[in-house]
Amino acid sequence: MRAVITVIGKDMVGILAKVSNECADAHVNITEVTQSILQDLFAMIMMVDITHSSIPFDELVDRMTKLGEAQNLKIHVMHEDIFNSMHRI
Amino acid sequence: MINTRDILETITMIEDEHLDVRTITMGISLLDCADENIDKACVKVYDKICRYAKDLVKTGEDISKEYGIPIIHKRISVTPIAMIAAPCQGRNPVKFAQALERASQSTGVNFIGGYSALVHKGFAPGDYALIESIPEALSVTEHVCSSVNIGSTKTGINMDAVAKMGRIVRQTAELTADRDCIGAAKLVVFCNAPEDNPFMAGAFHGPGEPDCVINVGVSGPGVVRAALAKAGDCDITAVADLVKKTAFKITRTGQLVAQEASRRLCVPFGIIDLSLAPTPAIGDSVAHILEEMGLESCGAHGTTAALALLNDAVKKGGVMASSHVGGLSGAFIPVTEDAGMIDAARSGALSITKLEAMTAVCSVGLDMIVVPGDTTAEIISGIIADEAAIGMVNSKTTAVRLIPAIGKKAGEELNFGGLLGEGPVMEVNRSSPARFISRGGRIPAPMQSLKN
Repeated sequence: MRAVITVIGKDMVGILAKVSNECADAHVNITEVTQSILQDLFAMIMMVDITHSSIPFDELVDRMTKLGEAQNLKIHVMHEDIFNSMHRI
Repeated sequence: MINTRDILETITMIEDEHLDVRTITMGISLLDCADENIDKACVKVYDKICRYAKDLVKTGEDISKEYGIPIIHKRISVTPIAMIAAPCQGRNPVKFAQALERASQSTGVNFIGGYSALVHKGFAPGDYALIESIPEALSVTEHVCSSVNIGSTKTGINMDAVAKMGRIVRQTAELTADRDCIGAAKLVVFCNAPEDNPFMAGAFHGPGEPDCVINVGVSGPGVVRAALAKAGDCDITAVADLVKKTAFKITRTGQLVAQEASRRLCVPFGIIDLSLAPTPAIGDSVAHILEEMGLESCGAHGTTAALALLNDAVKKGGVMASSHVGGLSGAFIPVTEDAGMIDAARSGALSITKLEAMTAVCSVGLDMIVVPGDTTAEIISGIIADEAAIGMVNSKTTAVRLIPAIGKKAGEELNFGGLLGEGPVMEVNRSSPARFISRGGRIPAPMQSLKN
């Protein structure tokens, strides 16, 4: 199963490291990363494989949300199907 | 990989534009719970609902978390209770309402619909007693919703039931006068009621439905409005096109959630209801979509045309996105549940007569309208008859959910709180239809066309 992690917020040092650390802790494999910085706004999208994740999906969501709150970022973890179904026929 | 822009668009829709799945509604047949002993029947009703729906709320929450899409309500609709109460002649059917209330509390759903009767051609055993018990049932329960179908295109309008419902709506408001007359907000009078509607207060599980089914109602007025705002000054063709595309995306999320819920609960998927359902939250209003199209205020001349366009485009976009469509499917215009409608009603731009015209081109009908407390039962019956006639002649569902504000006059307000919202008391035409209503009988079914 694949999920999409999106990180949106003010750019600062170490965002990528913190999010990928959290993924590594949970045995979540990052398969693709794109990121862009528009003016001050940082937007990163990660495709991750959660097949071998060591924690349940909802716990991953909670951990990322908590990390986002601590860093003043908006982090969403969502099943990829929501995007596939909405944007592909 | 999925396009970055698409991902960010979805997240903006959910974060900023109130995209959500409004309700997962489990329809449960209670036909096998009928019993001559009302207490036994109530136990069967409670047990069956709890057995089937025990995981409904949890499953809804799990799906919501996994896909990152809010699922606002988890609800249950059941077979019209008048059918189940039919063998219990002479007993007070309110016991069934209390059983439903207990079941809603045990399962954690926030509404349970189906304290209903279908009397579009006449009263069968059970119907009469059930309708008479509605005011009491809605005052002693919190989560039970009631509906009565009093007409259809195929059968005409049962004017005896229309006369009766005028009185019942008033009594329901009177019995809950100490709670802002909230009882009447849980009672809908239908013409052409759909059997698979997932939206409250009019949801019930029709007799033609399977034993158990999952129906999903989508929402998203805020998303449509935001799309129109971004598009700027395009022509009406482009507006319709944009609404269609947006409705497609909204409905796809509903379809995904419905399929997933159906799989996890091992219950067949029924339908998606393609509705734009507003909430009182700012940015989640159908009236604001109409205003975004270029009306100074909802209720201005041009409102009916704008709403017709919106309603049609939502269906065209939604139909392709979903495998089965049903329920009410269209734009809702409940006054107290829509921030833009509340403002328009307060300022006087929106009147009941304009709302009646609007109901000819969109789903549902005169919904969540607060009328003066001294409105007579005959006038309420007259409003019900008018609305039912629009539904009957146009082969569409129409409904009336009026709240007589007991002890209040036009200009004062009722506040239900939560999703039911708040709104000003709107004036009605005081000329009496009493003699017309008291005649009783049935309005014959209309000619649809000379087909041969």
